[in-house]
Amino acid sequence: MLVLRDLSLTEGGVPHLAAVSVDAEPGRMTTLLGRTGAGKTTLLRAVAGLVQPQSGQISLAGADWSRLPPWRRPVAMVTQQFINYPHLSVLDNVAFPLIRRGEPREAAREAAAAILGRVGLAQMTGRRPAALSGGQQQRVAIARALVKRAPVLLLDEPFVNLDYKLREGLREELAELLRSQSDTVVLYATTDPREALQMGDCTVLMAEGRVLQAGPPRAVFGAPATLEAARVVNDPPINLLAAEITQSGLVLDHLGPQSAGATGRALPPGRYTLGLRAEDIRSGGPLPARVALTEVSGSETVTHLMAGGQPLVMLERAVTDHRLGSELGLMLDLGKALVFGADGALIPKGASHG
Amino acid sequence: MRTLYLALKYLAVTLWSGFVIFPFLWMLTTSFKTANGVTGGATWLPWLQYQPSLGGWQSLFGGAGGVNIVRPYLNSLVVTLSGSAIALILGTLAAYGLSRFSFRAGPIRNGDITFFFISQRIMPPIVLAIPFFLMLRWLGLLDSLPGLILIYVALLMPIAVWVMVDFFNTIPRGLDEMAWMDGCPPVTTFLRVILPNVMPGLVVAGMFCLIFGWNDFFFAFTLTFTKTQLLPVSIVALNSSVTPWWALSAAAIVSVAPLAVLAFVVERFLSRGGLAGAVR
Repeated sequence: MLVLRDLSLTEGGVPHLAAVSVDAEPGRMTTLLGRTGAGKTTLLRAVAGLVQPQSGQISLAGADWSRLPPWRRPVAMVTQQFINYPHLSVLDNVAFPLIRRGEPREAAREAAAAILGRVGLAQMTGRRPAALSGGQQQRVAIARALVKRAPVLLLDEPFVNLDYKLREGLREELAELLRSQSDTVVLYATTDPREALQMGDCTVLMAEGRVLQAGPPRAVFGAPATLEAARVVNDPPINLLAAEITQSGLVLDHLGPQSAGATGRALPPGRYTLGLRAEDIRSGGPLPARVALTEVSGSETVTHLMAGGQPLVMLERAVTDHRLGSELGLMLDLGKALVFGADGALIPKGASHG
Repeated sequence: MRTLYLALKYLAVTLWSGFVIFPFLWMLTTSFKTANGVTGGATWLPWLQYQPSLGGWQSLFGGAGGVNIVRPYLNSLVVTLSGSAIALILGTLAAYGLSRFSFRAGPIRNGDITFFFISQRIMPPIVLAIPFFLMLRWLGLLDSLPGLILIYVALLMPIAVWVMVDFFNTIPRGLDEMAWMDGCPPVTTFLRVILPNVMPGLVVAGMFCLIFGWNDFFFAFTLTFTKTQLLPVSIVALNSSVTPWWALSAAAIVSVAPLAVLAFVVERFLSRGGLAGAVR
């Protein structure tokens, strides 16, 4: 198991890592999910030895790595940029780490050719990386990372610079390739919640160098522990509605009184924030809202609306054409809303609070 | 339209070629002329109508009224090649350091250090002549090949640093880091991964070093007396009360020859795609 304990790194007064602790098991993919600047890349670079945390410990199977230089750490990494050795052919690029490790040149080249066949580059072995497309270059980088069979594989948003279709395809190929490396600890950094949900066995939510929450993806997505975690795991962004529960019922700050049992649970009077996912808002209801922006992505439509001073985001699983400035009637499914207390912590369903 | 374009293109190339080749042709014919051939003039064809003579060439090898340039020529080769090689090695190492590490001393940063190197070449050579003279005298290396090599290293290294820093800066640090993770310690990373990717830079820097070193007259003249002589100084020594244009032309051809060969080799290297393969 790869154990990261209390890793902290501050540069120029800015905390890049703040007492980060993560346990990652072999044969399982641990996804680090967070926005840009959350500390995901810094954490991966710390594991690789490319940055030195000011405190904390990194160990693999009990062996302390904290003071090892990068060239002595058994890690492989694929980065956002398609980094390959420009002066070497595709085959020699992939064979390079094996040759550096002291394996005979011919054996290294055979292993490289085999893995290049698996990533669909069997016909490209003689070319230089610059002669390949972006997707092919990233496959070379992935092949070079996999051929080492390093116990720790670090994937830093490897598909972020590729187009949508290619990203989908490579994601599936990578998952397939990793199935054969069941003894490898895989850390996968991403800003895309869907990718984390789709690929990971364990999700670690990060923000501003801190770990917000960690656990199985469905548990983390279903019950983000805090408002901040809810913001990170939801894309499109979650709707946060300031609310007050009084003796007479639920009142949303901008949208007025709602039916007493709208949230489906009994909560004591006080201030709350309701987290309503974009897919839990539908058109065809009584709440009037004006269309501010419509984004069509694939077969989905994300509509940004304004309802009585409350910005809302609605997700529809269809391509719809809401004209800018037109008025829609909305239905808020408050029964599915996540409820956060005044301290920002999630109040689980069935729990009493206050 | 296309024919006219082609015609104009070939005309331009022909004119330019003539402009470049003409001085060499003039030099070549003059080197085979006698005093009368140079000053007498021709009736019809100035570069063909003369009585050929090997006098100019003979005077380069100790013939009448000349000097033997074989020893100075070899000296020039030794000093230029050694000085350029050492300057290139040291300059490349310095440039890699300046490109990859952040140096800080008070207000001084990497850019300032790079400028300190370059500033040596901004100063007029005479400013350096006296300190160099005193230093070589203190070291007991005046009028010697090792002394000249030392000075040429100092003169040529700024060029190497200047050129190579830019080339190293075009190689992303991610490539160094990838090599580390693939098991290369820093020195192996530099030799196996980074250097092969700055070969065009090394060629360009090496070419500049060789050209500047080979063509230097000032330091070759001020830091030597009689024991050690370099080619530019010995060519000047050919001069006398009557300018021996024929001998000077022969010497100029001999002097230009290595640089012409160098230009030919470098051109072939660069046009073969030495710059291809940048990191995406």
